[in-house]
Amino acid sequence: MSKTLFEKIWEKHVVESIADGPDVLYIDKHFIHEVTSPQAFAGLEKRGLPVFRPQKTIATADHNVPTLHQELPIKEALSRKQVEKLTENCAKYGVELYGLGHPFQGIVHVIGPELGITQPGMTIVCGDSHTSTHGAFGTIAFGIGTSEVEMTLATQCIMQGKPKVMRINVEGKLHPGVVSKDIILHIISKISASGATGYFVEYAGSTIRSLSMEARMTICNMSIEMGARGGMIAPDEVTFAYMRGRKFAPQGPDWDMKLEEWKKLKSDDDAVFDRELNIDAGDIEPMITYGTNPGQGMGISDTVPDPEKLQDESERNALRKSLTYMGFKGGEKMKGMHVQNVFIGSCTNSRIEDFRMIASLIKGKKKSPDINVMIVPGSQQVAAQIVKEGLDKIFTESGFFIRQPGCSACLGMNEDKVPAGEYCVSTSNRNFEGRQGPNARTILASPLTAAATALTGKISDVRELLNVNPA
Amino acid sequence: MSSKAISVVTSTAVPLKIENVDTDQIIPARFLKATNREGFGKNLFRDWRYIDNDENKPHEDFVLNQKKYSGKILVAGKNFGCGSSREHAAWAIKDYGFDVVVSSFFADIFRNNALNNFLLPVVVSDGFLHKLFTAIIADPSKEITVNLPSQTITLDGGDSETFQISDYKKTCLLNGYDDINYLLSQRAKIEAFEKSI
Ligand code: SF4
Repeated sequence: MSKTLFEKIWEKHVVESIADGPDVLYIDKHFIHEVTSPQAFAGLEKRGLPVFRPQKTIATADHNVPTLHQELPIKEALSRKQVEKLTENCAKYGVELYGLGHPFQGIVHVIGPELGITQPGMTIVCGDSHTSTHGAFGTIAFGIGTSEVEMTLATQCIMQGKPKVMRINVEGKLHPGVVSKDIILHIISKISASGATGYFVEYAGSTIRSLSMEARMTICNMSIEMGARGGMIAPDEVTFAYMRGRKFAPQGPDWDMKLEEWKKLKSDDDAVFDRELNIDAGDIEPMITYGTNPGQGMGISDTVPDPEKLQDESERNALRKSLTYMGFKGGEKMKGMHVQNVFIGSCTNSRIEDFRMIASLIKGKKKSPDINVMIVPGSQQVAAQIVKEGLDKIFTESGFFIRQPGCSACLGMNEDKVPAGEYCVSTSNRNFEGRQGPNARTILASPLTAAATALTGKISDVRELLNVNPA
Repeated sequence: MSSKAISVVTSTAVPLKIENVDTDQIIPARFLKATNREGFGKNLFRDWRYIDNDENKPHEDFVLNQKKYSGKILVAGKNFGCGSSREHAAWAIKDYGFDVVVSSFFADIFRNNALNNFLLPVVVSDGFLHKLFTAIIADPSKEITVNLPSQTITLDGGDSETFQISDYKKTCLLNGYDDINYLLSQRAKIEAFEKSI
């Protein structure tokens, strides 16, 4: 029988199926971080259990770390304690830790792929919803809660109902100035913030094939923002070229053997999906969000939708509530609006390619004086690469300052927050109320749109800076 | 019966008539710094409960601050629990005193987290959800009964609807079993599986 890629990998990892219940799913790689793991280790301790397969878990500190002066002790006591607890737990249970000061430290979804730990065909979990990022390599990767972190530590398995499968085909050529972040924001705006709940998504089509690994990760990363359990892309030559020679990727004869296996990882031609969606790449503009969930996005030249025009009462109320929070009015254009902050970072857009893209836009130009910009690389390795390629000079000359790696203002858990009431054009993945700080107003966009906004001080159409005609 | 087990819950309810409630609203990130599971209830819906994060300045019109509403059942708009995977959201709801959350639609990770913490997520139709909201708002003393063995939710003296839950999870909740207990009992199978790959 023909199968989807998802089904092939899932079935290979089922230890046991429970009648009218979940499957027991074996996990190949488990990533942990300081925020969602302490209670799981405490659970193990209470039960008197060891970590079952410590070599299959990798830890880093990212969510709650400062992005300035990482060489000094963390100032805030609770944050410091949480990071210390991770260090203590990893030492006690024999788990490899890339903590602060380690050359591999960084946002968990940035370091897994760049170190070659993330490999096609794997099942990967982490106590973080953006684990879907790793799906770009043809893996089943998804976020879990702390109880499931404990299960994985104790048994290397979790219990999961098998989701349905959806394929999203993106075909055609992207317009200049439109990048992968715009593709995924466009998809989510079409399907809504809950439209893919219960599904695992496979992204396919000529547009997806043409993307780099970094760009594919950006797309898979935001699968959760439409409710999907995860997102994946079948591995191909782009994947293999990215992986070859990475620190923990297979080497020598092992590589050749694995490569043969990986080449088989794709959905059969006649595989049936529970749902299919077709997207025309030519329809996509640079995107921005106007509301308080990632489904509330639009093309930069569009106007904010008017709640009073909606028929459904609960939809009308929901949109009204979002717009009140954001301080926007239906029918308004967002382009040209003044904003106070720009955040470039997060597991969605903080990889080396994002920095190359921004550098090529800002080179020789100056940052607007009345805008605060936070630039946070995804990992120590990305930070080192920025220096190696001389991109840091371009940033400095344009008036931008690059901070140290971590989640930072993506979730505002450390001191990197957007002040109450202010706007922030952000390359992160969530524009929820208060996500970037109490009463902060987040506008999601691509790195290009964020950088263009940093240069002009206003929400900007990057195509005008690139001198390409808006379609 | 274990103290965690759930069977029949009869209680008044709190109507949270908002859609797409994400886990950043349920418990904002700045309250995730604790390393234990207790005490998150006091920061449940923190930024909707208090003006400027000040406990002396409650938002009078937020449902948790309205004295007329109380109980063990939270009734919420559709797509409840979307966003971050933080299990702290389920801990906070449970710690505040809820045993059941009712909505017409739950985000996947939240539903799993709730079940793993003996917080019962009950999915009802949009129509029934509407009826619940209307009934509770009209009469906050109205009781709702959620009966797990018969998989029914009933409005006091009125309508009833059945809800779905897998046999496996139902058994776990009724008996207070964790998934982790089950997995630990399968260690031999897991080891055999490892040898086969
Ligand atoms: S960068 Fe943001 S979304 Fe990504 S793992 Fe960190 S907090 Fe989560």
